[in-house]
Amino acid sequence: MPVAASAIYFLNLRGDVLINRLYRDDVGGNMVDAFRMHIMQTKELGTCPVRQIGGCSFFYMRISNVYIVIVVSSNANVACAFKFVVEAVALFKSYFGGAFDEDAIRNNFVLIYELLDEIMDFGYPQNLSPEILKLYITQEGVRSPFSSKPSDKPVPNATLQVTGAVGWRREGLVYKKNEVFLDIVESVNLLMSSKGSVLRCDVTGKILMKCFLSGMPDLKLGLNDKIGLEKESQLKSRPTKSGKTIELDDVTFHQCVNLTRFNSEKTVSFVPPDGEFELMKYRITEGVNLPFRVLPTIKELGRTRMEVNVKVKSVFGAKMFALGVVIKIPVPKQTAKTSFQVTSGRAKYNASIDCLVWKIRKFPGQTEPTLSAEVELISTMTEKKSWTRPPIQMEFQIVTYLPPSSSQVPMFTASGLRVRFLKVWEKSGYNTVEWVRYITKAGSYEIRC
Amino acid sequence: MSGHDSKYFSTTKKGEIPELKEELNSPYKDKRKDAVKKVIAAMTVGKDVSSLFTDVVNCMQTENLELKKLVYLYLINYAKSQPDLAILAVNTFVKDSQDPNPLIRALAVRTMGCIRVDKITEYLCDPLQRCLKDDDPYVRKTAAICVAKLYDINAELVEDRGFLESLKDLISDNNPMVVANAVAALAEIQESSSRPIFEITSHTLSKLLTALNECTEWGQVFILDALSRYKAADAREAENIVERVTPRLQHANCAVVLSAVKMILQQMELITSTDVVRNLCKKMAPPLVTLLSAEPEIQYVALRNINLIVQRRPTILAHEIKVFFCKYNDPIYVKMEKLEIMIKLASDRNIDQVLLEFKEYATEVDVDFVRKAVRAIGRYESIIATLCESLDTLDEPEAKASMIWIIGEYAERIDNADELLESFLESFPEEPPQVQLQLLTATVKLFLKKPTEGPQQMIQVVLNNATVETDNPDLRDRAYIYWRLLSTDPEAAKDVVLAEKPVISDDSNQLDPSLLDELLANIATLSSVYHKPPEAFVTRVKTATQRTEDDDYPDGNEAGYSETPSHAAGASPPNSSSSAYGATRQSAPAPAAPAPAAPVPDLLGDLIGLDNNAIVPVDQPATPSGPSLPVVLPASTGQGLQISAQLTGQDGQIFYSLLFENNTQTTLDGFMIQFNKNSFGLAAAGPLQVPPLAPGASARTLLPMVVFQNMSAGPPSSLLQVAVKNNQQPVWYFNDKILLHVFFTEDGRMERTSFLETWRSLPDSNEVLKEFPGIVVSSAEATLDRLAATNMFFIAKRKHANQDVFYFSAKIPRGIPFLIELTTLIGNPGVKCAIKTPNPEMAPLFFEAIETLLNA
Repeated sequence: MPVAASAIYFLNLRGDVLINRLYRDDVGGNMVDAFRMHIMQTKELGTCPVRQIGGCSFFYMRISNVYIVIVVSSNANVACAFKFVVEAVALFKSYFGGAFDEDAIRNNFVLIYELLDEIMDFGYPQNLSPEILKLYITQEGVRSPFSSKPSDKPVPNATLQVTGAVGWRREGLVYKKNEVFLDIVESVNLLMSSKGSVLRCDVTGKILMKCFLSGMPDLKLGLNDKIGLEKESQLKSRPTKSGKTIELDDVTFHQCVNLTRFNSEKTVSFVPPDGEFELMKYRITEGVNLPFRVLPTIKELGRTRMEVNVKVKSVFGAKMFALGVVIKIPVPKQTAKTSFQVTSGRAKYNASIDCLVWKIRKFPGQTEPTLSAEVELISTMTEKKSWTRPPIQMEFQIVTYLPPSSSQVPMFTASGLRVRFLKVWEKSGYNTVEWVRYITKAGSYEIRC
Repeated sequence: MSGHDSKYFSTTKKGEIPELKEELNSPYKDKRKDAVKKVIAAMTVGKDVSSLFTDVVNCMQTENLELKKLVYLYLINYAKSQPDLAILAVNTFVKDSQDPNPLIRALAVRTMGCIRVDKITEYLCDPLQRCLKDDDPYVRKTAAICVAKLYDINAELVEDRGFLESLKDLISDNNPMVVANAVAALAEIQESSSRPIFEITSHTLSKLLTALNECTEWGQVFILDALSRYKAADAREAENIVERVTPRLQHANCAVVLSAVKMILQQMELITSTDVVRNLCKKMAPPLVTLLSAEPEIQYVALRNINLIVQRRPTILAHEIKVFFCKYNDPIYVKMEKLEIMIKLASDRNIDQVLLEFKEYATEVDVDFVRKAVRAIGRYESIIATLCESLDTLDEPEAKASMIWIIGEYAERIDNADELLESFLESFPEEPPQVQLQLLTATVKLFLKKPTEGPQQMIQVVLNNATVETDNPDLRDRAYIYWRLLSTDPEAAKDVVLAEKPVISDDSNQLDPSLLDELLANIATLSSVYHKPPEAFVTRVKTATQRTEDDDYPDGNEAGYSETPSHAAGASPPNSSSSAYGATRQSAPAPAAPAPAAPVPDLLGDLIGLDNNAIVPVDQPATPSGPSLPVVLPASTGQGLQISAQLTGQDGQIFYSLLFENNTQTTLDGFMIQFNKNSFGLAAAGPLQVPPLAPGASARTLLPMVVFQNMSAGPPSSLLQVAVKNNQQPVWYFNDKILLHVFFTEDGRMERTSFLETWRSLPDSNEVLKEFPGIVVSSAEATLDRLAATNMFFIAKRKHANQDVFYFSAKIPRGIPFLIELTTLIGNPGVKCAIKTPNPEMAPLFFEAIETLLNA
């Protein structure tokens, strides 16, 4: 049964109900007490997001300082329920202007009630596209399309748009300047053994789009992925010229992308929603360019002293640089004193996370700064157990901007993915300006030591 | 766009309701709207504003959509408590359902469907009929869901008024969202009806698959879930369906992906071409892996499902084991599931990699996770050598004991087993008892497997240590037995010590194929997350009505009751009680971590070593009748012999009630029973009386028991290890649970004053508390009667906040009293149990007993 929820609760960290909505009659109004008593007030919190208490099941997620709890008593579709929560939060954020927390909920409770009534009916998720809902659900109800007040801008076909085949874009949009912004955001996930061999490595990427386009444009995106290129040259019956090609392990698309067409022709074609959205996600495991190598040597000298040496090598182009590089090197809990030297950036000991935190604001390519530290430990009799070394964790960001119609800029993507073209076709035939930005950042970038 | 609604929450406490009443009746629109917002704010924080019903409903007739929605919301919440007043709203509803604005028409019908008041339901039919045929798709999609709502309130009405036909018509609607909602509604109605209502023909199937392309993401889920019930006629049709569903795997919505996977897996069962199957497996892997980059909660759901999928189609993710390697910051529930899957995917090809990874986890912070990782390592013999290298770092006795068991068990495959064991022997006297026991056994095994000089010397050291220099009777007894065995007949010793062990089942074992089928058909649902069939956790109204009949509980003096104290209240008829027992076990909130597997085999040694006069022959027949018992030895384990048993108390005497069922092809006779040492020294007081059992026959018997005969050392445990033999089969061993309440004596009643005195006289350290989140006490009287029947005596009751607090006393032999405090909110899940007793180490046993009693 695709029912996702019988009731939904928004609780603060104390367990007070901020807002709730009962969609079905099969769970009692006080089931949230059970959640509070048996999950929130026990050590169970955080041990499992799906729990059964009495005859009911609870699915919960924490978003900032709010618990969102879904209660069901049937064999509900859990995947649907969690995805609904994720999308509902995105919707609320888009309505509140970014923030979703206890205050935002209290300040918008009327609006949330209204949205909760609209986006789910009898436990079945309905249309959650912010773009469309904003047509007829607004803060003060002033844009209500059928209201008799003359000040209201009527949107006569709101209901058709909610239920329409292009349920994510409204008609009649006009922009003076037609622009598209493409962000290719890649997170590099790495797990490296202490001996320097790569245990697991992949890139999860997403293409974020911001569209300011008039009318109902058809878009087509071309990437340098192998299968897409092969298909393209097959259709054109001549080879497509391209540089390096890459193999995508998997792609998932926003609901605006025609999946059947992607499946047959391998082209990404779509009518985009207005404004910002996530067009696609992809994953790559083969041929990943690791931007950084980390070479740690940690020596425990007796029971009270440790020597830490970490060398970080940047292996991308010398003309480029990474920003906001942070390297967290774990040290034992009983660290008493640290002293270090770094050849670049600044380091300090952060006792609350038991790490040496080494920050380099601007990290050029083809360099290898080092940190050497001495750590003194308090000798305790109880801590005879050897220290379980957590991995070194790293954060960074490498950004390349591509202004319109330029291609010869040195750029870095961990996957090697490039946007070959973005075609915009609209019946009025306007010109579009396209901006592309490549961002590579650390996902879970871990080096065991 | 951020609002400032929080102001509505702050109201002057004094005279809030009258104040609101006044504002609701204000002549000014804005004031009224603000007042309604304040009412909703009060409702949100849990204040009772039902007394404002009439005043709020008066605001319903408004042009302002926002205000109207708020009033409707109020109605949904309070109509049930004010059914007579709710009727006031009907006129507006009916009028709104014909409003020129489709949003208002839909809103009216949607809200009416949520108000479960009979009188309103009657008026819903006409508007619903109209809305199902409305010109506007938004109204139709809302009306479609409303039919399901109405069916839930009054199924007959839906069938009589022809709503089902109208709903079926909507499957052919030209709007995809209407189609999707109609499918969802029909699927739901079908689920609660035994008649065929929504049959999917190949024609409907084809139409719905086409609609998939245009549906919203949720609509795709509704349709895929409904279609997954479709059984294709042949392999060709199955292939066709799969081809049209596969593109959905690329959807960004995880629910769409999982529903598509579900449907593809269902159809794959029919597909015969291995190429097609291989190709499909290849296509499904990447989307499944992608789910692991979603939010951790979604990852958890995905992992639980992948766990099922790899059991049916191991090839899908055979090459992807690396994606299940744990990230340091993964939440613990994700790590545990990843570990499970890695265990399932481990093969000769990747074993080295996997084991290295597991080794890494052995240093993690979370103890449960580490245990699981270590236990997983123990499954693979090839790792033993590597594992042995890290022996000296083990300091938890349980882990150490397990490791030593491994060394003994696989001594012939570990080159330096003798060295390894020898290194432990030096510290033998300082080791904790469980490690000593394992060292003893492992050394004996080593000696039997490698009877060379080194091990011989070792065994002398160990036996000497264990017999002369120890005070631990368990260790000493076991050492003597080994000693005697080894000195009289080494061959016999071999047979005994190195006997084939029964296969130990553990939680990671593969699921039963038919259960797996059912779970795979439920991918993405709760059932697939719990790994239980839906019936095991979905409680329906039907079961609730049965429960009331069981409240007339048989009296404690009647044999019928005391035979099955913990299960008599189950709603099932007597002869199926064993399956009911299984069901209760399955529906327990979370499966407990399995006990470490290692020490089990030693039961054998202990049993054989005991004096033989406790083994009692069988002679007299008994009649197979009476209430049924939980199965302790299933026929599948007992080569056709099934034993069900339970301890019961009757008139101050304890019995072991047993049922033997012979499903073998031969007659079984010469039954004997033996109990291992246990915390209460339970032992048979007389012979086991079971007649020779012909094939297909069964026999029931009551075995009188004595206590304090055969006490085991160590902290009290509810474990009762039993061995049963007959002349035809090998000896069967099984574990049963000692439920403390069978020991409750009739003199356990305390006067109020003495209860208070005893309570005060016991130090606070003797108070132990436990919560039972899943237990509901639905009727105080029934529970009190039931507890009294097991000699748990009610003393007093008081109210604390909104909860009831009950006090009881009970006593077990040797005069150990229990003072009990139960706190609960009647009718709601959750019971808190605090006990005070001079023997707090008994507390865990007591809690087990009280849980059984309350769950009954």
